[in-house]
Amino acid sequence: MKKLLIANRGEIAVRIIRTARELGITTVAVVSEADKASYAADLADEAIVIGPAPAGLSYLSHEAVLKAAADSGADAVHPGYGFLSENAEFARKVIAAGLTWVGPSPASIELMGDKSRARRAAIDAGVPTLPGTETALQDSDDIEAIAAFIGYPLVVKASAGGGGRGIRLVVNPDELVATVDIAQAEALAAFDSSDVYFEKFVSRARHVEVQILGDGANFVHLGDRDCSMQRRQQKILEEAPAPGLPDEVRQRMRDSSLELARKAHYVGVGTIEFLYDPETHEAAFIEMNTRIQVEHTITEAITGIDLVREQLRIASGEKLGLTQEDVHFTGHALEFRINAEDPDNNFMPSPGIIKALTLPGGVGVRSDFGFVAGKSVAPFYDSLLGKIIVWAPTRDIAIARAERALDETDIEGIKTTVGLLRRLVSLADFAEVNHHTKYIETAVDLIGVAK
Amino acid sequence: MDIISPLPGIFYRKPGPGKDPYVTEGESIIAGQTIGLVEIMKQFSEVRADVAGVLVRFEIEDFGIVNPGDVIAVTS
Repeated sequence: MKKLLIANRGEIAVRIIRTARELGITTVAVVSEADKASYAADLADEAIVIGPAPAGLSYLSHEAVLKAAADSGADAVHPGYGFLSENAEFARKVIAAGLTWVGPSPASIELMGDKSRARRAAIDAGVPTLPGTETALQDSDDIEAIAAFIGYPLVVKASAGGGGRGIRLVVNPDELVATVDIAQAEALAAFDSSDVYFEKFVSRARHVEVQILGDGANFVHLGDRDCSMQRRQQKILEEAPAPGLPDEVRQRMRDSSLELARKAHYVGVGTIEFLYDPETHEAAFIEMNTRIQVEHTITEAITGIDLVREQLRIASGEKLGLTQEDVHFTGHALEFRINAEDPDNNFMPSPGIIKALTLPGGVGVRSDFGFVAGKSVAPFYDSLLGKIIVWAPTRDIAIARAERALDETDIEGIKTTVGLLRRLVSLADFAEVNHHTKYIETAVDLIGVAK
Repeated sequence: MDIISPLPGIFYRKPGPGKDPYVTEGESIIAGQTIGLVEIMKQFSEVRADVAGVLVRFEIEDFGIVNPGDVIAVTS
């Protein structure tokens, strides 16, 4: 790999450019017209404008990205996360063009992208799953009998959904048929497939996930993460390792995740996501993400392994080069997602020009941002500006360090989630790990009053 | 009466890919009717007509960029 095209933007484009540069790989940033002057465009060796601001006409355009790869002479494509990262058709086109695809095989992407097939694969690998249907519902199924067997409340999930999208809750059996009809119509509109399936609903769950790494034949896990602080199913604060899990639950999640990867002959980085019920101490499979995750940084912090470096090495055809015994876990890490949103006004997006960007420093603190002061945050894309990551020998010290680091952080010109994150990290419920995936919605005093 | 975008973002005339537009030029509209969507940072807001009338023409095309205060459509 000599020249890497990054089919993404913002902080993850910057993240990938940094490691590529350390490996002596030349980088090509593809940018929309709105991102011509972005920090990623500044940092990359080359920046190519591939289309207008709407992502559908630029970052999501297979033809535009592949043309930029051909024009620039790139020999590899890194998709980052989001956009085309879990698009098997695009991965096939990249490979067919003779380029290296930095990611798992199109077949792996398709398997895990179909949530009902992925659930079947998880069951086959011995990954614990929630009671539910093993495949998508068929027209001939007696859905009322199936739902009664699983038990209420349950969720109707779109097979092609994921990332918290395409999910509807059914509490009352009387609502079942109507909800399935709506869910199928919505799934068809949003994901181009009306396939849905049932899963038991866990009301106060934590979100826990296992990072795996493989070369198709050899596999290691890089431990777990907890991403339970969420707003509307979007993670905003993550930590590694996941606190307060019984050893046998943690071990079973890690071992069965490895087995799932092994059975799929998985290549690259992947994340197996679980719901963990703190009352029953049971963990159950949600989905597998076949790409680098936003929160990969906290795994890097506790293992010392650069995950993007591993992605690029393995995509180049190198062997994994480490065994499970080589992976050592040290200390505790927290990641804070700094979004351009106003938590005091119903998380209204806040685009604009960043007038000042003062990021924290000191021991154990890392900042990964897609922006520097003076840059413009466009209204067209995801609101993630960047992440602040802290590492410390213990969780308690990590929390104190995070409080200190967030106090040092000052972003002027746009509204951000810094203040909310600062409040969240100091909560007794966070210290005692009493939070869950709906915690922020239930604690209205945390997010201020809508103006 | 012009219909103004209160937000910056991308204007869509259809509720989704492959769907029919909310309104076509020359059609009658009622007060409160949705005429399109504005997407800002992955959040979608409906754009509504304040008063009844006829939507004469769109000033912003489908997938067009809007800034706060821009005229999206002209009505009579």
